[in-house]
Amino acid sequence: MASPLYLIPLLPLAASLLLGLAGSRLPRVVVAIIGVGATAASFVLTAWAGSHFLSGSLQGQTQVLYRWLSLGELQPSIAFYLDPLSLVMCAVVTFVGALILLYSAQFMAEDDGYARFFCFMNLFVGSMLTLVLADNLLLLYLGWEGVGLCSYLLIGFWYRERRNVTAAFKAFLITRVGDTALLIGLLLIFTQLGTLQIQELMQRASLQWPVGSSLAVAAAALLLGGAVGKSAQLPLQTWLPDAMAGPTPVSALIHAATMVTAGVYLIARMHVVFELAPIVQWLVALVGAATLLLAACSALTQWDLKRVLAYSTMSQVGYMLLALGVGAWSAAIFHLFTHAFFKSLLFLSGGVVIQGLEEEHNILKMGGLRRDFPLAFWTFLIGAASLSAIPWVTAGFFSKDAILNAAYGSNVGFWLAGLIGALLTSVYAFRMVFLVFFGERRLEPRRRQGLVTAVPLVVLATLAVVAGYLNLPHGGTGAFTALLRGSFLSTASAAPGEGGAAASLQVLPIIATLAGLAIAALLYLRQPRWAENLGTAPAIRVLHRFWFVGWGFDWLYSRLFVRPWVYLARLNRADFVDAFYTGLAAVTIALHRLLSLSQTGRVRSYALAAAVGTLVLLAVVVLR
Amino acid sequence: MTGTASLQFGLMLATVLFLLGLIGVLMRRNLIFVLMSLEIMFNAAGLAFVVAGQRWQQADGQIMFLFILAVTGSEVALGLALALAARHHFGTLDTDLISRMRG
Amino acid sequence: MTLVWLIAIPLVGGILSFALSRFSALAARVLALVAMTAQLSLAITLWPSSTSAADPWLQALQARWIPQLGISFSLTIDGLSLLLILLTGLLGIVSVGISWSQIDERVGLFHLNLLWVLAGVTGVFLAMDLFLFYFFWELMLIPMYFLIDLWGHERRHYAAIKFFLFTQLSGLLMLVAIVALFFTHLQQTGVATFEYQQLLSTPLAPLSGMLMMLGFLVAFAVKLPVVPLHTWLPDAHTQAPTAGSVVLAGLLLKTGGYGLIRFVVPLFPEAARAFSVPALVLAVIGILYGAHMAFAQTDMKRLIAYTSVSHLGFVLLGVFTWNALALQGAVIQMLSHGVSTGALFVLAGILQHHLGTRDMAAMGGLWRVVPRLGAAMMFFSMAALGLPGMGNFIGEFLTLLGTYHLSVSFAVVAAAGLILALVYSLWLLDRVLYGPSRDPLAIPDLRASELAIVAALALAILCLGLAPQAFLNISAQALDALLGPGGAP
Repeated sequence: MASPLYLIPLLPLAASLLLGLAGSRLPRVVVAIIGVGATAASFVLTAWAGSHFLSGSLQGQTQVLYRWLSLGELQPSIAFYLDPLSLVMCAVVTFVGALILLYSAQFMAEDDGYARFFCFMNLFVGSMLTLVLADNLLLLYLGWEGVGLCSYLLIGFWYRERRNVTAAFKAFLITRVGDTALLIGLLLIFTQLGTLQIQELMQRASLQWPVGSSLAVAAAALLLGGAVGKSAQLPLQTWLPDAMAGPTPVSALIHAATMVTAGVYLIARMHVVFELAPIVQWLVALVGAATLLLAACSALTQWDLKRVLAYSTMSQVGYMLLALGVGAWSAAIFHLFTHAFFKSLLFLSGGVVIQGLEEEHNILKMGGLRRDFPLAFWTFLIGAASLSAIPWVTAGFFSKDAILNAAYGSNVGFWLAGLIGALLTSVYAFRMVFLVFFGERRLEPRRRQGLVTAVPLVVLATLAVVAGYLNLPHGGTGAFTALLRGSFLSTASAAPGEGGAAASLQVLPIIATLAGLAIAALLYLRQPRWAENLGTAPAIRVLHRFWFVGWGFDWLYSRLFVRPWVYLARLNRADFVDAFYTGLAAVTIALHRLLSLSQTGRVRSYALAAAVGTLVLLAVVVLR
Repeated sequence: MTGTASLQFGLMLATVLFLLGLIGVLMRRNLIFVLMSLEIMFNAAGLAFVVAGQRWQQADGQIMFLFILAVTGSEVALGLALALAARHHFGTLDTDLISRMRG
Repeated sequence: MTLVWLIAIPLVGGILSFALSRFSALAARVLALVAMTAQLSLAITLWPSSTSAADPWLQALQARWIPQLGISFSLTIDGLSLLLILLTGLLGIVSVGISWSQIDERVGLFHLNLLWVLAGVTGVFLAMDLFLFYFFWELMLIPMYFLIDLWGHERRHYAAIKFFLFTQLSGLLMLVAIVALFFTHLQQTGVATFEYQQLLSTPLAPLSGMLMMLGFLVAFAVKLPVVPLHTWLPDAHTQAPTAGSVVLAGLLLKTGGYGLIRFVVPLFPEAARAFSVPALVLAVIGILYGAHMAFAQTDMKRLIAYTSVSHLGFVLLGVFTWNALALQGAVIQMLSHGVSTGALFVLAGILQHHLGTRDMAAMGGLWRVVPRLGAAMMFFSMAALGLPGMGNFIGEFLTLLGTYHLSVSFAVVAAAGLILALVYSLWLLDRVLYGPSRDPLAIPDLRASELAIVAALALAILCLGLAPQAFLNISAQALDALLGPGGAP
């Protein structure tokens, strides 16, 4: 293969290294050019590789850089694998990444750590591309941990505030719990199947493991553990809202568009293993459905703009997991694809507002800003529309519709969850729009954004509308689904999504969305008094509080894990094992004191002792 | 006197002398008296040697006594010198007072 | 002769350095640096032969010493020894370099002790006669005692004596076991010898075999260290001067791991197999308990010291799993731990030198003050928490993989240690680098020489993580030979 596939992840990594070593000595313009340029170049390469690929046979292609390890059967390489799935992911990561970096070039212009920011961001893009392109699970794990590290570094980017650092710590720790499950999954897969090469192991798994076998279930469950951690799904979801402590472009790129969808990618990539474990696959859907509802409820109650978006991300990723769980692989990836555009768009245009108001995150204090930030308003509106899946004109509609269809074909309960989620989504999405941009104006904007930030907003807004048409049904299946077939060959039959729900039922999601919009308009635009009255009812208030703190998971984990751990650490700071040795030393010293009592220093008593001793010895000899 | 009887009396005398010497060493605090008592104990041992040598008609007893004489002689010389030095240094010959051996 | 030179260079270098220090401290430092560089270069010349030789033994040397008792001056090198000697050379240079600005008193004596410790360590890795091995084992202890006692920090006497008692007493147990093995061999075959190769095949009764194995095991377990024999370690590491901490953590602990691989299991295969479950339990406890204790500390060096307990638990795990994957993992883990923990001690030493304290409560916000040092500390903390792409990950992954073959539950519990590793690593960063900076702290960032040291170590850890095959190839033959025919995974 001619195309330099390995350059796609390598370019951002190299840029990161360069910025890390010399960034503080380079002028800002150069830093920005390197930082944005590397990822943009990666995108160009992806596009080139993609066009080659699409014009070719659509067969997966592997490019081996070098052998990483070679120990018996363990033969992982640093190798990259290009197939439709990884191509789509690469395109999303590099394209959205380049746009967000471009946005950051101006957004972060006044920050001290300019070079550091671009260094970490490029490291992230490089790691994410490694994750996506990895040909074996070990390399995937490298990328997986790499993005975790970057997430940690970037959440705690403003490290002088304790709050940010704690959030970063929490994010890394909770995802690590999932990562460790994934690592154990790797151990299991290698031990049982003798390879970590993804395509190879899926082939072997389908040959060796019967459907529902305990090994397949264990492997799938462990992989799910990894996915749940990274994608902020139940029960490891608590880190994502706090992760909003990072700069807004970070939230857009890492905690909306790319990293949190890595779990979705992992499950899609390893779909064969999940198909061998129907129970786990059902669990995937269950986790997705539960998370999408829980997060949507929490999103309703947040006042911090970014936290609303964070819960919304959790909820949308829940949709993707739901799709994966019902076997609608390509629908999940399609939603991932559109979500990347509209969610990063929401973050970026929200970021414009937040920065314009000098770091004001509280949407309850905002209002009437649509004339002050016209571009941000329109793009945010488009993003919110796409998020809540306003029918026919937004990308989100097409992708969510496919998921709901598939869910209906599999399990009505899941479909219902998705339907309620759709209603809630459009309520909280338009709650944001109305609270921020409509009503009376309460805050004076201080600064405007420059032209550079406008470009990504416009491009992303366009895509948030038109990306859906990529998958418009053309004689049965959309182009996007057809493309992804290449990655889900083995399961071409299992696509229950197509034509699942009857036409009459297909109307329901549309109704739910519009109803949500109407409720939001009523409560937050027409009759704000009603919303206030609603808030005073005691039952509602308790519920509100409960949802606001994310269903109390933080509280639970703090009691269950953090506090006992810290308490034990405090208790045992001096190491109780050492008490044994110091005790031994103390006994020795006490004995020494005791014996030294006999050393009176009087010659006469020594002589007496010697005489008595002699007598005793003589007596013993004589009398026996 | 028969050999056995002289041996018995001789050994008893030696024992008494030895005990007197030992008691002197244990009771006296004056360094000079301690040295004198030590001499008595040595002589008790020497007496035992001589008596035993006489009993078995061997010269070894006398030879050992000569050795003991030599040892006691040098011991007394050294001991007295030390006693003089101690008297000079500490102003007393009381063994309890000049003790520096307490750990 | 190369083998003799490997030991003689630091030995003689130490004496010359001591002699030269009467005239100039600088000359003493330069000489020590030259000596360690020479040792490393000499070791590197052996590298090519390690992958090409047909025999696991690359070089051997045998000379008569006390033939009446079957004691000979016998040195041999194989891939395993070579890797550890390369580490010795590298960390030797680092420890001389880091003392450049931190040791001002009795410079000559310091370098004499330092180089003699390194010579002892090298000897331990090379000796193939158990008597000679014991000789080198003692040789590295005594100068180390002086390094802690004379150039250490506020509780140095306590720490030095504790270190000495633990290692000396456990060493005596090993001596008893060596002598017992000698006599057993003499009884069985009529040949008086301390030669490793000949003792390998000594037939042993189960009970006496177990007792002798425990004698060796205790000596190595104290060094490694294995919970509950670890409590000398936090004190010694914390109180030692920076170079001492680097050598302790980077090399002395590795002699324990080396001893387990080279002596305990090959000499007493049955006893080791019988003891494997308790040993694995101890390993897992060490991994988890060490991580927990690391988190509990407020003293930076103490925290780093406890991470060693946790990391080297993986080595014990790998050794008693005893298959190719786990053993290779244990070796890589030893190398990576030597480099990464050595580097963390270097950084902690620099901070202590400038701040005058190791108390993490008095730090905070240092990234802003010393960005280069902060970045380096970030890097090596990531190595310590087992980030893929760095050596520690390869070591831990291979060990876990090998363990998983043997026992799923041990592997799973040990893997939980990776979560805890993240907790203490991030805690360290959290306390030291992050948060608001305290009053205008004006401490200098890494200087060029310190930067060079840190960069070399960072490069080493990346090589171990991204191209571990180069190192695996060196030790592959040696480990295969140790594993025997049935040892393949």
